[in-house]
Amino acid sequence: MRRGPSAFNLASIVLGLAFLYAPIVILVAYSFNASRLVTVWGGFSTRWYVALLHDRQMLDAVWVTLRVGILSATAATLVGLLAAVALVRGGTGPRRTALAGGVYATLVMPEVILGLSLLLLFVAAGLPRGFWTVTASHATLTLAYTTVAIQARLASFDRSLEEAAQDLGCPPWKAFALVTLPVIAPAVAAAWMLAFTLSLDDLVIASFTSGPGATTLPMRLYSQVRLGVDPKINAVSTLLIGLVATGVIAAYLIQQRRARVPAE
Amino acid sequence: MSGRPQLGAVREAFAPWEDPAVRPLVRFEGVGKSFGDTAAVRGVDLSIYEGEFFALLGPSGCGKTTLMRLLAGFETPDAGRVLLGDRDIGADPPHRRPVHMMFQAYALFPHLTVAQNIAFGLKRQGVPRAEIGPRVEEMLSLVKLEGLGRRRPDQLSGGQRQRVALARALAPRPRILLLDEPMAALDRKLREETQFELMAIQQRLNLTFMIVTHDQDEAMVVADRIAVMRAGEIVQVGRPTEVYEAPADRYVAGFIGDVNLFEGRVTAAGGGRVRLASDDGAFDAEGEAAVGDKAWLAVRPEKIAVHTEPPVGGDGNVIAGRIVDYGYLGDWTTYVVEASPGRTLRAARANATRLVDRPLGVGDPVWLTFAPSSAVVLTT
Amino acid sequence: MRRSRTGLAAVVPLLWLAVFFAFPFMLVAKLSLSDTALAIPPYAPRIDWSRGLEGVRTFLQGLDLETYARLGRDRLYLDAYLSSLRLAGVATGLLLLIGYPIAYGISRCPPKARQALVMAVILPFWTSFLIRIYAWIAILKPAGVLNAALGALGLPAVDILNTETAVLLGLVYAYLPFMVLPLYAVLDRQDESLIEAAQDLGATPLSAFWRVTFPLSLSGAAAGALLCFIPMAGEFVIPDLLGGSETLMLGRVIWTEFFANRDWPAASAVAIVLLATLVIPILLFERQQRKVLA
Repeated sequence: MRRGPSAFNLASIVLGLAFLYAPIVILVAYSFNASRLVTVWGGFSTRWYVALLHDRQMLDAVWVTLRVGILSATAATLVGLLAAVALVRGGTGPRRTALAGGVYATLVMPEVILGLSLLLLFVAAGLPRGFWTVTASHATLTLAYTTVAIQARLASFDRSLEEAAQDLGCPPWKAFALVTLPVIAPAVAAAWMLAFTLSLDDLVIASFTSGPGATTLPMRLYSQVRLGVDPKINAVSTLLIGLVATGVIAAYLIQQRRARVPAE
Repeated sequence: MSGRPQLGAVREAFAPWEDPAVRPLVRFEGVGKSFGDTAAVRGVDLSIYEGEFFALLGPSGCGKTTLMRLLAGFETPDAGRVLLGDRDIGADPPHRRPVHMMFQAYALFPHLTVAQNIAFGLKRQGVPRAEIGPRVEEMLSLVKLEGLGRRRPDQLSGGQRQRVALARALAPRPRILLLDEPMAALDRKLREETQFELMAIQQRLNLTFMIVTHDQDEAMVVADRIAVMRAGEIVQVGRPTEVYEAPADRYVAGFIGDVNLFEGRVTAAGGGRVRLASDDGAFDAEGEAAVGDKAWLAVRPEKIAVHTEPPVGGDGNVIAGRIVDYGYLGDWTTYVVEASPGRTLRAARANATRLVDRPLGVGDPVWLTFAPSSAVVLTT
Repeated sequence: MRRSRTGLAAVVPLLWLAVFFAFPFMLVAKLSLSDTALAIPPYAPRIDWSRGLEGVRTFLQGLDLETYARLGRDRLYLDAYLSSLRLAGVATGLLLLIGYPIAYGISRCPPKARQALVMAVILPFWTSFLIRIYAWIAILKPAGVLNAALGALGLPAVDILNTETAVLLGLVYAYLPFMVLPLYAVLDRQDESLIEAAQDLGATPLSAFWRVTFPLSLSGAAAGALLCFIPMAGEFVIPDLLGGSETLMLGRVIWTEFFANRDWPAASAVAIVLLATLVIPILLFERQQRKVLA
């Protein structure tokens, strides 16, 4: 039996969570503030959400961000799946060492450096910067994360399931598609979500690698924020937080429900 | 050995391996397989016949699982050939072999229902959709799981999962079914029931089964023939009675059941009898050996009689001793008898009558006897 | 036979990493050794492929450490370098102090609550980093929420936006989950019977904590510290939004050299210096992770 939490333990948890959530709560609350001033509560209002709907630039940025996020997360998940298979199943050898090293290096590389290096690549290749360069860059940034997430699941996957499928008549690739992939699908979906969120959130790499006509939401927010606090930013932030929180909590609940039935 | 009578249908007349006209279904010819520096399987020659229930028995790490995986196609032999019928299947990938396997932890697909699991192999074979449903139902009733087709594996008990695994492997009608420690995850009672059910299914469908197990009782109960393995090699192949009553060497004698071993030199031989001088005395046994050779007599505890008085006459072998311990098992009592300081022997006695008072106890002097025909002469 | 085929799966990711990671990084290294030409690339020297090997040799001779020397002479870069390490270091210390009680508190809760609390700690990570830092501007600015609250309590107002204090606050806030999780992971794994054994042998609860729990949780503390320190040293958004113009951190210098000054070789050289500094903590972290995974 574990001892229960002491008063000090509870206080630490409460203060810690308050610290983590207070700014978010304040932000959300003021998105409904009729007043432009953060310190003055001017009553409940959705005027900033309405204003948002008429902000052409902001809506464009949202659209660009979503497209970049979906495409880059999909690319990163597909390539990450291959990388994870190679890392878990590829045995040892120089190829595996190079891949593991590359994945790890991307994971710890400061974003500023990654952004700068990618920009230099696109300049050297003579590619005009824009939608596709950001997408490729985000896929590169998130590839390491998807690889690690899928690799962890694949490593604990029971190989005898795949052998059973082969035994029952599947060639290896088909056993992977019909059995392994469906079983690890939650982890693959989680990896995609992670990549999508990271892409949605990225300012630094997008700033380096984007060009005219492909301004992402963080880039737009950043330029607005530098001009000062704008309640419209609160509104768009609240929408983003709501979207992500719903997704994450839903995923969590689904997983909980699954976990309640004993696993294979 | 529990000494329990065999309740399954023992097929005395079934002995295709004794008929040179019958061609084996599976043949291993000089098969070898190494992983790195360790040889998992070495020079294995083995034939398995149509309709046979064949057991590979040995301790863990003896190569029995590798041998099974060579037949399933998950390993390719480094040496020798694996033949199914007349075809060398050594290089065929697992999905092209009409050989199916029941996996140790069952390996049921967790994302598919019971019915979908059973239908999996049928779909791969291209069985028409209309036939799959009835075949699945037939399999479900074969393993007595009617009505559970829509469940998922994680909603089943251990025993039910084991049956699904069996049904799934049987559904595509394999030429031979491989069972990898199929009862390892079941408790004792369920295990015994399942053993007899497996035998019934095997005989009803007239299929060939090959089971891998480290449990000698299980192998004795289910198998027509047992191959005992040690360190990648096959030591002996034979009917359960042969392996038990006529073990090929000390390893087999010790691995299957309890045994008393007497080590000594052969002092006389001839006419199918051998006389052996050991530290425990000189004994006669039926068997063959050359005078002067080192040899062992193996005597099972239940073939040693326990007397409270010195026996008179007869040509039996006698050892005097004192009881130092005994274990009461209900149907049997096993006595541990000290013949000389530090040397103990085991003798088992059927409790044919209810013992109201205990005639034998620790410290009592006893005389052990065994007939020459009860001892096996081993030279290795 | 199956092994070699799965090995092929490595080809696409390796190509991807070669094109989008390894090669661009070489470009950064090369550029840091090139001469500054204002505003527009390309930079001298370039490889003259038409001259073959001779061209490569001339190219290599054209590279020099000029840019690095320039960085060394300029006080600004050295200051930025030192304050990056200092701020990241101080923030790491604060994170340990704040994160440990939280992680320890969570590990003492009943299992159901533990799961929910871990989830609660992770959740902010999934919401936009930029937005969470932006929220602090509204709190910390002179006419912001913090001063309104202080005023209501009759306390004097503070002006900490655009100071190092604000940067530290932002760093601690943003990286707290990355400190709590590894600490929680080791604390949660710890066998409760160890504490009981210590108490059975006469330790008070407090000394049992210091002599058993704490030493055993140091691997988690090391993991958390490295996990936070490495990205914090290269942080851009936090110093930029909360630190004002005086706060210099390397990530921000790279950004400024690149976007404002258009001095690409300087930006590249700073990037190389930053990375060279981080190599040691990165390798430590990698070793630590491998130990945990083994």
